[in-house]
Amino acid sequence: MKLAGIDIGSRSIELVVLENGHVIHSKQANSGYNPIERVKELTSDISFDKIMATGYGRGIVEVAFDYPTVTEIKAYGAGATALFPEVRSVLDIGGQDTKVISINEKGKVIKFEMNDKCAAGTGKFLEMMATTLGFKLATLGPTALEGTEGIEINSMCAVFAESEVTSLLAKGCLRNDIALAIHQSVCRRAVGMIRRQNISTPLMFAGGVANNSCMVHLLQKELGERIIIPEKPDFVGAHGAAILAGLS
Amino acid sequence: MGIKAFYFCSQNDKTINIMADYTQMWTDLGLDHDNHNALLDNLGKAYQSIFMAQDNRPEGMSYFDFVMSEAHGLRIQELRDEQKAGRKIIGSFCVFVPEEIILAAGCTAVGLCAGADFAQEEVEKVLPRNTCSLIKSFFGFKLGKVCPYMEVSDMIVGENTCDGKKKSFEIFKDMVPNFYQMDLPQTKTPMARHMLKQEYKSFVEKLEEMTGKSISTEALKQGIATVNAKRQALRRLSMLRAANPAPISGLDALLINQIAFLDNPVRFTEKVNALCDELELLVKESKGAKTAKAPRVLISGCPMAIPNWKIPTIIESTGAVIVGEESCIGERGQRNLTDDSADNLNGLMDSITDRYLKIDCAVFTPNQERINHIKEMKQQYNADGVIHYGLQFCQPYIMESFSVEKELEKQDISVLRLETDYSQEDMGQLSTRVEAFVEIIK
Repeated sequence: MKLAGIDIGSRSIELVVLENGHVIHSKQANSGYNPIERVKELTSDISFDKIMATGYGRGIVEVAFDYPTVTEIKAYGAGATALFPEVRSVLDIGGQDTKVISINEKGKVIKFEMNDKCAAGTGKFLEMMATTLGFKLATLGPTALEGTEGIEINSMCAVFAESEVTSLLAKGCLRNDIALAIHQSVCRRAVGMIRRQNISTPLMFAGGVANNSCMVHLLQKELGERIIIPEKPDFVGAHGAAILAGLS
Repeated sequence: MGIKAFYFCSQNDKTINIMADYTQMWTDLGLDHDNHNALLDNLGKAYQSIFMAQDNRPEGMSYFDFVMSEAHGLRIQELRDEQKAGRKIIGSFCVFVPEEIILAAGCTAVGLCAGADFAQEEVEKVLPRNTCSLIKSFFGFKLGKVCPYMEVSDMIVGENTCDGKKKSFEIFKDMVPNFYQMDLPQTKTPMARHMLKQEYKSFVEKLEEMTGKSISTEALKQGIATVNAKRQALRRLSMLRAANPAPISGLDALLINQIAFLDNPVRFTEKVNALCDELELLVKESKGAKTAKAPRVLISGCPMAIPNWKIPTIIESTGAVIVGEESCIGERGQRNLTDDSADNLNGLMDSITDRYLKIDCAVFTPNQERINHIKEMKQQYNADGVIHYGLQFCQPYIMESFSVEKELEKQDISVLRLETDYSQEDMGQLSTRVEAFVEIIK
């Protein structure tokens, strides 16, 4: 039986197809302004017996293609356990959302916490800061890792932080150092959420921002314990959705 | 100008039209017709999509649908007819204002607690933006001149509950012709009890001055009997929701609790009891508004004033059913009866004071009873989880939500804490959180 999972996020769409528990297909596309077209393209050259949709845009495909849906919280729980059965908590920093999820040994969600209304401290924040500093998002992490500690960014709001960054640049601060400070800001916020929840370890760090080597480094340092990073952190939701398709 | 009032189909698909033209009455009350018509239009559309779209509604809901359709029409007409016959209409915002006393004085009580954003620009000229939506809402209804209940009131009673209310009344009192501020204690000590009784005695004096009649023991006993009967009917409704499948939706039950603050108390009680008769039959046949598999949610926290249906709509759209409200517009406000056994005024005032002091609103400290009641209600109504609802900027309830969550989780009860306002901007985020919570408790 071929099980497909599709995670329609604010920035990207991931598709995973499983057969006998193995990934036989995985693909990603930018959400853009027409996610339905992207979904059609992604699913055009594959076959599946069952599908499950998740993510911010799941409602759209539920209406357009009649796909069943689950929240990304449940999908991340199922995906994390499937990839690493010993995981008991997940930190997912995505395009506009940050979540901390506690799961049991079966991958069932016990508790979760999400960021407040706005996208402060999420991928969006890093993306906007990258633009302000003149860096490409893909190289922001390694660039920040080369930075020296010492600067502190106080704002989590991208609008206010941009002002802070502009002032720091005017004072002659180095871009690498500022980039590091920004990552430390995001890390502080994520760690705050994690500590409020009293999670059990090991923790998996997933979502698009887990591709960022500086974030990984800082979290590892701050939490002290071993963090699990999957090979393709942005696909955990789609993977979980595919698993859940099989159980539906 | 024409007739502008909302109309919709009852579940028998009969269109209920407003038969009378209320334009003159609304003009006499000083309502702004454009604003008012816009409000009624939005209300009608919301009611259609939220309430009328539900499946398996009890027949008895048709009365409450009718009340809603005539909330700005016939009911206001009734209140004006009462005024012509010499009754005074007393508006209030809070369940701490005793309806028993108002009825005993030969007056009618109406609730002015408000549940929708209106005239926000005007409101923000007089109130800080970072004020709870409930307060901004009644200001907006006043400044926008859209609330006939506010305009028909002969006196409006504001109570010193939270800081927001207390300070907002300093501004509000100059916006209405006859404002009465009632002080409330912050604790439940003997001294606090004494203070509340004195406040209630002053309220009696004020009403006697307004009506030119003194309140007799008999009248107070009758007032108590009327309100007790209403509470008993609502209690009956609450108990029936413990059944699985739930015989009535949370949205409909909330609506009934909201209408309790607007409708004639004797007629309302009769209709709630009639509905309960129907629900008893449904329960016997294991029939319900939702299936037996529907996840069951207890909602707890700030009151949801009419027409605030935001969170219950999100919750019940997931297929879950709300089986109770630990809230002032709900069980917390209606929970206890007043003892009417005393045969003198002082004794009855003691009973009234005792009864109202039992209300475990978060403005009181300490407030452990509330957490105990939430746990009790969770058990009693067989809830699978608790959703705590706090209005943004509401310090008493948001601060209490931390202990509520902690204590309930100690007993392995799943809790979701939500903090929001009356706007539509966070509907997507709230839906995801609520859906994920319902997935957990399934």
